[in-house]
Amino acid sequence: MNKLFFKIFTLTIGFSFLYFPILTLIAYSFNDNKRVMVWKGFSFRWYKELFQNEQILEAFYTSLKIASLSATFATIMGVMIGFSLTRISKIPARPFFIFLSSSPLVMPEIILGLSLLLFFISSNHIIGFPSSKGQLTVLISHITFSVAFVAVIIQSRLSSYDKNIEEAAQDLGTIPNMIFWKVTAPVILPAILSGWLLAFTLSLDDLVVASFTTGPGANTLPIVVFSKVRLGLSPEVNALSAIIMLIVILAAISIYLINRSNIKK
Amino acid sequence: MIKNLKKQNVWFVFTPYLWLVLFFFVPLALIFKISISVSEWGMPPYRDLFSFSENGLKINSTLGNYLFIFSDPFYIRSYFNSLSLAFTSTVLCLLIGYPIAFYVAKSKPSIRNILLIMLIIPFWSSFLLRVYAWKVLLQGSGIINSILIHIGLISEPISMLHNHYAVILGVVYTYLPFMILPLYGYLVKFDLNLIDASNDLGAKPLNTFVKVILPLSLPGIVAGSMLVFIPVVGEYIIPEMLGGSDKLYFGKIIWDEFFVNRDWPIASALAMSGIVILVFPIIIFQLMYAKYNFKNE
Repeated sequence: MNKLFFKIFTLTIGFSFLYFPILTLIAYSFNDNKRVMVWKGFSFRWYKELFQNEQILEAFYTSLKIASLSATFATIMGVMIGFSLTRISKIPARPFFIFLSSSPLVMPEIILGLSLLLFFISSNHIIGFPSSKGQLTVLISHITFSVAFVAVIIQSRLSSYDKNIEEAAQDLGTIPNMIFWKVTAPVILPAILSGWLLAFTLSLDDLVVASFTTGPGANTLPIVVFSKVRLGLSPEVNALSAIIMLIVILAAISIYLINRSNIKK
Repeated sequence: MIKNLKKQNVWFVFTPYLWLVLFFFVPLALIFKISISVSEWGMPPYRDLFSFSENGLKINSTLGNYLFIFSDPFYIRSYFNSLSLAFTSTVLCLLIGYPIAFYVAKSKPSIRNILLIMLIIPFWSSFLLRVYAWKVLLQGSGIINSILIHIGLISEPISMLHNHYAVILGVVYTYLPFMILPLYGYLVKFDLNLIDASNDLGAKPLNTFVKVILPLSLPGIVAGSMLVFIPVVGEYIIPEMLGGSDKLYFGKIIWDEFFVNRDWPIASALAMSGIVILVFPIIIFQLMYAKYNFKNE
C-alpha cells in the first residue's frame, strides 16, 4: 500500500508541476483587467482583442506558412537521408555522412542563427542571393535544422523493419521504384507523419534562429509574442496561450483516440 | 535493392547532404573566418581576410578576438555560468523526471496511454509561452506570492523573478519533457518481471534499482541528458525572460555582442569558442560512457 501511495504521490506532484503554470495562464486569460494579475471579473475581452490584432494574426499566418513549407521540405530530405544511410549497403564513408546529417542536432540554436545570418549577408554581397532577409531566409534556416530531426526518426524506423520484405518484393519481380512506393513507403508512413509533425512544431516554436534570419514582412508568431512579453505581461498573449493549449490538447486527444482504435483493430 | 536502381537515382538521394554542407557547414566556416578577422567600422563591420596591395597578398588575420575573450573574466564567467546552468538543470530534470517516467512506464496500459498523452501535451505546446507562464506566476503580485502571503509564510511579496534561481526553475520546467520522454521510451520496453525476479532472489529494493533497473535504463538517461544539456548551454530565451543581472549566460552575451554592440568578429569568436567548450564535455562524457559499456560487455 505504501508503494502505491508513493506512486500516486509522485505522479500527482509531477503532473501538477507540469500543468499548474499552463492552467494558471489559461485562467488569467479570462480576466477582465488590463493589469494581468489583478482579478476583476470573467470576460472574453482579450479573445476579442486578440482576433482584432492584425499584427498577431499576420504573424500567425506567416508562421503557419513557413512551418508547413519547412516541414514538407525537411521531411523529403530527411527521408532521403534516412534512406541513404540504411538502404545503400555500399555507401562510401558512412561515418562521414552520419556526421554530416547529425551535426545540426548538437548545435545550439544561437550559434546556428548567427552563422546563418552572417552567411546570408555574405552571399548577398557576393552573388546577390538572397536579395533580402525575409520569409525565404527564415524558411531555409528552419529546413536546415529540421532535416536532422526528421532523418533520425526515419532512420530508426527503416533500420528496425525487416529488409527481407523488400527483397521478397524484388524476388517476385517488382521494379525498384514500385518497391519503394508499394512496400517501403507504407511501412515508413507513420514515421514520415511524425517526422513532418516534429519539423512543423520545431519551426512554429522557433524564436532564436528566426530572430536572426528574419527581415521586413517576415515576423513569425514567436517573434511578435516575444516582443510583447519580453519586458512585461500581456493579457492578449494569455488568451493566445489558452487557444494554443486548446489546439494541442485536441490534437493529442484525437491522436490518442486514433491510436486506440488502431490497436483494437 | 539499391544496386538495381539507376546510378542517377542513387546520387539524387545525396542532395540533402549538399544542402547541409551549404547551409550548415559553410556558415560555420564563415563564422570561423570572421572570428579571426579584424573588427572595423563599415559594412560588413570587419576587414577582409585577404587583401591585395602593391606588396602582394596580405593576410589580415588575428587571434586578437580570442585573446580578448579569454583575457576578460566577463566572458569566461558567462561560459562557466552556462555550463553550470546546463549541468544543474540536467541533474534536476533527471531527479524529477526519472520517478515520473518510471511510474508512468509501470502503470497499467490503459492508464499509461493517458499519462503519456499528458506528458506529450506540454512537450508540444509553445516553449516561449511556457516560459512566459512562469513570468506570470513569479510576479510580485503573482499567484505564488499571493498564496504565500495568504498562508502567512511571508508578509510582503518577495521578488522571485530576475535571478538565476528563476532561470533554473524555468529551464527545468521547460526541458523536463525532453528528459521524461526518452527515459519513458527505455523504461517501458524492459520486462517488469526482472524486478520481481530480482526481488524473489532476495535483493533489497535499492539493490534491485541500482543493479537491475538503472543499468537497463542508462541509454534513456544518456539520451535525455543530451537533449537537456546541449540546448541549455546556448539558451537565450529563459535567461532573457526570467533572469536578472546576477548571472549572465553565454547565449545572451552572443546575442548582445551581435545585436547591441554590432561586433561581428567578437560574436563569431564567442560562438566558435562556445562550440569548442560545449563539445569538450560531450566528448569526455561519450568516452566515459563508451568505457562503461565496454567494461560491462
